[in-house]
Amino acid sequence: MFLQQFANALVLGSVYALFALGFTLIFGVLEVITLAHGAVFMIGAFAGLAVVTKFNAGLIPAILVGMMASGILGWLIDLLAIRPLRKRKFHHLAPMIATIGCATFVISISQGVFGAEIYRFPFDFMPATSYNFWAMQLTLLQIIIVGVALALMLIIIFLLNRTKWGKAVRAVAETPRTAALLGIPVERVFQLTSFSASALGGAAGVLTGINFNAIHTFMGGPIMHRGIAVIILGGMGDIRGAVVGGLILGFAEIMSVAYLSSDFRDAISFGLLFIILLVRPAGIFGSNIERKG
Amino acid sequence: MKIFIRITVFVAFVLSLAFTAQAAEIKIGVTEALTGPVAKYGVPIKNGFVLAADEINAAGGIKGNKIVLVIEDEQAKKEEAINVFKKFIFQDKVLAIFGPTLSNSAFASDPIANKEKIVVFGTSNTAEGITDIGPYVFRNSVAEADILPIVTKVATKKLGLKKVAIIYGNDDSMTKSTYEIFLRSIKAEKLEVVDTETFAKGDIDFSAQLTKIKSLNPDAVFCGALVEEASNIILQARKLGIPNKIRFIGGNGFNSAKLIEIGGAAAEGSISGSPWFLDDPSKINQTFVKAYTKKYGMAPDQFAAQAYDALYIMAEGIKAISLSGNVEKDRTTLRDALAKVKNFKGVGGLFSFNESRDAEQKGRVLYIKNGKFAIYAE
Repeated sequence: MFLQQFANALVLGSVYALFALGFTLIFGVLEVITLAHGAVFMIGAFAGLAVVTKFNAGLIPAILVGMMASGILGWLIDLLAIRPLRKRKFHHLAPMIATIGCATFVISISQGVFGAEIYRFPFDFMPATSYNFWAMQLTLLQIIIVGVALALMLIIIFLLNRTKWGKAVRAVAETPRTAALLGIPVERVFQLTSFSASALGGAAGVLTGINFNAIHTFMGGPIMHRGIAVIILGGMGDIRGAVVGGLILGFAEIMSVAYLSSDFRDAISFGLLFIILLVRPAGIFGSNIERKG
Repeated sequence: MKIFIRITVFVAFVLSLAFTAQAAEIKIGVTEALTGPVAKYGVPIKNGFVLAADEINAAGGIKGNKIVLVIEDEQAKKEEAINVFKKFIFQDKVLAIFGPTLSNSAFASDPIANKEKIVVFGTSNTAEGITDIGPYVFRNSVAEADILPIVTKVATKKLGLKKVAIIYGNDDSMTKSTYEIFLRSIKAEKLEVVDTETFAKGDIDFSAQLTKIKSLNPDAVFCGALVEEASNIILQARKLGIPNKIRFIGGNGFNSAKLIEIGGAAAEGSISGSPWFLDDPSKINQTFVKAYTKKYGMAPDQFAAQAYDALYIMAEGIKAISLSGNVEKDRTTLRDALAKVKNFKGVGGLFSFNESRDAEQKGRVLYIKNGKFAIYAE
């Protein structure tokens, strides 16, 4: 049973990590906790579902369209809600609250369009057969989820550390004003970050939608809570932190159900979060130096 | 010439207005959760009412009087339900009220209706104690407490169950009550519970709980879950290698076409209980399902069916009284007439109110067979 639970935890942890990746990226660069990320995630799932049901698209186009839709939505949210506040030098709280408004707006509109019911991807979309590895049973999709989460994380780390664009993003994350003085188009970096981080959320939405068969307008809510826990755990704004934090939360949830009791699952996983924060207040990868901007 | 035709049409129009204005309107308040997460129950309920009202009006209304539904969203919030009730009673002066969607809200709003002596008719409130609020509170929703013991008994006998597992949502009053009723009936059947697992609302991953259940090898799994979680639980169970011969047995949450739509082949054989089911071959039900599907583009669920029946039951009550035009007086006479409704033939079978104004209706044990609900046992 342990191996199966290990596999379960790996899949769940990867989903959390994938969601948290974009979440933490926006925080790292824009210094905004965007509470619209759950709505962005939901739109990605619906967009993926739409191309599959309307145009019979496969997995890759579904993920790409989901990422596109979420990316554009994230970019719009930045453009219409966060940027005006940034221009007026409101930090942290005001943009965060603006994103709550965006989330409510997007969720209400989608409820008007899609209704309150749940949808799923067609049955034959992904093969339901399970593969056996030792004592683990995994479907192809679960393996893909773990792979995609890992790949996206590596790509983002590569882009941030090895490209000129990444250098610009890191400079802006360090201090936007100095970056601007150095001739970096700060505004463009903000927008590009919002787009790509939201696209990551969209990818998470499509994969979650396919694997867990529950696409509905409120699907972003529960994972938002987990996402916030994950980025605090991993260190706010840290890419590795999002992945490690996601996996830790996934393992904590699964293992507490497996070996203790499902009644205490949230108490145990969030208790763990509490203990880690006592020992490392800035999260696992976080540094305690705060940016003064 | 053209002018003449226009004048004739205009006169005819004015005349028709004058004639329709003569027939009285019967105003009935409908308040359900039409936005927010609970809307997935509230909207089908509203649809059921609207369909029934349209049918009654198309057939000439009740003694020539048309039914007018005043529909308000209560957002599944207690405060909103109270506000809407006050608006219905004092401002719109409705004859009777349908709603609210959740028992939670009903406990807050129904006492107001009872105090003002106006019938409030719940179609989806299943909690114990709703009709104890007072003599003006009615409902046609069949309580799980009446049906699930029968379901458990039938399943135990037919499947030869000995040891079972339970999985339920422990942060929702409905799924928790399903669990408690199941536990009672499991004890009554002297079954051994090998494992009890819980989950939280909005969970999408049940693999840990199901892996544990699989390792303990039960004969069946009892499940207290709303349909989105229920269908996902069953799907993931099959993916983890729990075979179809290990049946899932559920409460009200299972009574939805969504379970089949989302669960597909994995849901085959799942057992539940309800007075109404989609594929009931009776003529009245088939007509209802066809009309509903045509009007709303999707199949009705149990909540839509109960609302549909409820409006016809209300019409029975209104038919039995003569409206005086004094709404306070009519509200009281309607209450007495409604309480006398017996052996009404609806889409959910024969219906009567018992002395505490609760539903008296035969429940049926159902299972999913070839992608449809079918009778497992009467």
